[in-house]
Amino acid sequence: MGKVKFGIVVFPGSNCDHDSQYVAGHVMEQEARLIWHKESSLGDVDVVILPGGFAHGDYLRCGAIARFSPIMKDVVRFANNGGAVLGICNGFQVLTEAGLLPGVLLRNSSLRFICRYVNVRVENNATMFTAACRKGDVLEIPVAHGDGNFFAEEETVQKLVDNNQIVFKYCTKEGDVSDEANPNGSRLNIAGIINEAGNVLGLMPHPERAADPVLRHTDGQAIFQSIIQSFLGVDATREPILLERR
Amino acid sequence: MYRAKITVTLRKSILDPQGKAVEQSIHSLGYGTVENVRIGKFIELTVDTKSREEAERLTNDVCRKLLANPVMEDFSFVVEEED
Repeated sequence: MGKVKFGIVVFPGSNCDHDSQYVAGHVMEQEARLIWHKESSLGDVDVVILPGGFAHGDYLRCGAIARFSPIMKDVVRFANNGGAVLGICNGFQVLTEAGLLPGVLLRNSSLRFICRYVNVRVENNATMFTAACRKGDVLEIPVAHGDGNFFAEEETVQKLVDNNQIVFKYCTKEGDVSDEANPNGSRLNIAGIINEAGNVLGLMPHPERAADPVLRHTDGQAIFQSIIQSFLGVDATREPILLERR
Repeated sequence: MYRAKITVTLRKSILDPQGKAVEQSIHSLGYGTVENVRIGKFIELTVDTKSREEAERLTNDVCRKLLANPVMEDFSFVVEEED
């Protein structure tokens, strides 16, 4: 069986690049290669991951400088041609700065850096990033960010709702989307959104940090598994990934 | 040569929790009449252009493309002649 080729962009200050490569390459047994941000071409890849971290020190604004790294021209071209792009945390911020996703990630309403497990509910499982999930599934995945407070103009948010572009929402363990389950003040508890074309996903939680069974949390595998299924077919599923935990 | 002095602020419609925290701190100092604290950025840069108009246009471009994100920020600037 073929393998999905993941390309993980490395900016100066990225710190989840190797985790993403480890999960895609070692845990999920696909091809995974790091791509330095000064490269002008992504090369032969199926999926691009913009990883978490603090690209260029998050100077000016999160993602504002990374967005002009040389590789980003090819990332934008790749995305506009329908290529799959996954932005995790800082990667999500880069995608909004690059205009590949709408809105912006503001400072957490608490002004605190939040580093803990949260629950997110799958709002839309008709995407290549969530195809292995059921709608309403609750995934327990960690967040680690200071600027994760999703904001967009009211009409933009409405468009996200109308087009079913909200993929993940912060929720309680039971799956209730409530204020108390919102860690950072995000509009409508938004934890992850997809572009209109359905090939660019950004999310604040870190699926790559909850994918290796050694860490006891494996819900993050759902996202990697979804991508793999979308490229290779459902038969590529090695085992049921969403174990009944509750 | 012109020196541009740029101010970037969060748009009025956006809650500024940092400003709020500082405001509370000012209040606890006893300055109860201080309100609406907003925190922004100040950026200075030199542009080597012949005319002031050109310097303003260039500064405006840089602000629009990089220094401010229009989704959440407004910017303003003044351009001064420099030796």
